[in-house]
Amino acid sequence: MSIQVQEINKQFGSFTALNNVSLDFPTGELVALLGPSGCGKTTLLRVIAGLETADSGRVILEGEDASDTHVRERQVGFVFQHYALFRHMSVFENVAFGLRVKPRKERPNEAEINKRVHRLLELVQLDWLADRYPAQLSGGQRQRIALARALAVEPRVLLLDEPFGALDAKVRKELRRWLRRLHDELHVTSIFVTHDQEEALEVADRVVLMNKGRVEQVGTPQEVYEHPATPFVYGFLGAVNLFHGRVEGEHVKVGEATLPHDGRDADHGVEVVGFARPHELDIVTDLAETRGVEAVVSRVLAFGASARIELDALEGAAERGEPVHYEVVLTRERVAELALSEGQHVRLVPSSLRVFPREAA
Amino acid sequence: MSAVATFFNPTRQTRVLPGFGLSLGYTLVYLSLMVLIPLSAVFLRSATLSWSEFWYIVSDPRVVATYKLSFGTSLLAAAVNAVFGLALAWALVRYSFPGKKLVDALIDLPFALPTAVAGIALTALYAGNGWVGQVLEPLGIKVAFTPLGVLVALVFIGVPFVVRTVQPILEDLETELEEAASSLGAQRWTTFHRVILPILTPALLTGFALAFARAVGEYGSVIFIAGNIPMVSEITPLIIITKLEQYDYVGATAIAVVMLVFSFVMLLAINLLQAWSAKRSGRNR
Repeated sequence: MSIQVQEINKQFGSFTALNNVSLDFPTGELVALLGPSGCGKTTLLRVIAGLETADSGRVILEGEDASDTHVRERQVGFVFQHYALFRHMSVFENVAFGLRVKPRKERPNEAEINKRVHRLLELVQLDWLADRYPAQLSGGQRQRIALARALAVEPRVLLLDEPFGALDAKVRKELRRWLRRLHDELHVTSIFVTHDQEEALEVADRVVLMNKGRVEQVGTPQEVYEHPATPFVYGFLGAVNLFHGRVEGEHVKVGEATLPHDGRDADHGVEVVGFARPHELDIVTDLAETRGVEAVVSRVLAFGASARIELDALEGAAERGEPVHYEVVLTRERVAELALSEGQHVRLVPSSLRVFPREAA
Repeated sequence: MSAVATFFNPTRQTRVLPGFGLSLGYTLVYLSLMVLIPLSAVFLRSATLSWSEFWYIVSDPRVVATYKLSFGTSLLAAAVNAVFGLALAWALVRYSFPGKKLVDALIDLPFALPTAVAGIALTALYAGNGWVGQVLEPLGIKVAFTPLGVLVALVFIGVPFVVRTVQPILEDLETELEEAASSLGAQRWTTFHRVILPILTPALLTGFALAFARAVGEYGSVIFIAGNIPMVSEITPLIIITKLEQYDYVGATAIAVVMLVFSFVMLLAINLLQAWSAKRSGRNR
């Protein structure tokens, strides 16, 4: 089922949780709402579910305006960060709850309930826990039961609020792969909220980046990672090096140094901030080189497939409002070739530098 | 109770906290000094009677009528308080309204007020010429000097118990549970009785037991409003006091023994029910 939200505004006291948000969630996709805490992503999810009412704007489910529909009529499955399982009911009864509370006419008979609950428990691979109580389960198991419970009523949409937020790193990784596989099986339109960019990029078909109640960018994981639309997105998705400077023709002048940039959105003389990912910087040991920013190698971490080099800016960078640290990722061959030593002065040359006007950053 | 369970459980060998022997010993000594010895004195005193004398005293129709009134109205009052105490606690936890702190403080007032004061105030209100009494009397509802008056007094003194036992549990209850239930299609009433009520039941029963126990032993507030008409609105504690005033100590203790055994059995039953429902609501797992 498709979901659209149109011009949603939501205010909590003087805090603006959602500021004129309009989005389109096509049928069958798994979409991540990604952003820092307080960006409004959970509020948006709750508005879509009907657990929260927007101050203005519309929620459209399958072409029908559902803004005034109560949550129990919206047919959405909602999964909470802290599971919200009914602790006085067994796992079986938890999953059966949605079926048992149906109006008498629609309620399946006991045999049918039994069959459907066991099928769902098999789907989440926890059939053997049917008689346990929530307190006897691990966090990962509880969340899978919560998901089975939400799926029991055959929801038209599945909404997950930080579903893996309360779990430890290893279980989280397992569960997100599992969620992806489950979605590929069921194809129910799903939205999940997360503040973990890796989780969003790895699991979702599309990512919606939010900040301060606004949508910053919508796109596939590849699009948003490789072509961030705003400085916020650039900074939020992965590590980044920042250069404050002024555009001078083909170059950005950063302090004494000049850096080449990719040329978009930059008129001559504009104050800009340049963004380069760690792998988009190269290290030049020849200090006579005119391009690049001078820095001092502080640590070389050469393990794994690639090597990470941490550098400090020269003295005075902090006073000029520039970052004091840089991070560069090079291949191990390149590091061996450069033969860097700690304390060595080098120049950093970006292979790609995306610039945004200063005020936008 | 859990200390006793641990004591009788031989498989449990290591304890994190020291002082089990000390605390259990202290518990037993304290209970003996403060509760068991005074109570056994009651039993010993009444044991000076022969069975037939004992039976004659405790089965006097006038005394039997007081048992019915005392235990009947106490149970009823506790039940009324369970329902309305839950509603009060709900309002206090779930909503914010002007004067909420004041209402919260008012709830404890029946604890603090001398019960005789409460009795006099209630009598003044509900008597035929009182504010409430003069409205109810023409409708044929007599409160003061009837069993209904006893009930009113017992409800009054029992208000805090249910509110104060249910309140903390309600505060801990995540609203997410209700949201989950309603996203699964449950109506409000279904959510209440299938999700919320089972979680509150143990606390509710505890409050009920406390209110009941308090009501059974209540004297001061009841005797004013009850009017103490034999066979109609006389409570058991009053009979005991009357006998004491007539220096009939043995007779008083005989009735006290009956009250004690009755109360103990009922409280035990409520506690077992409470333990069972606590297990069902998943708190012991």
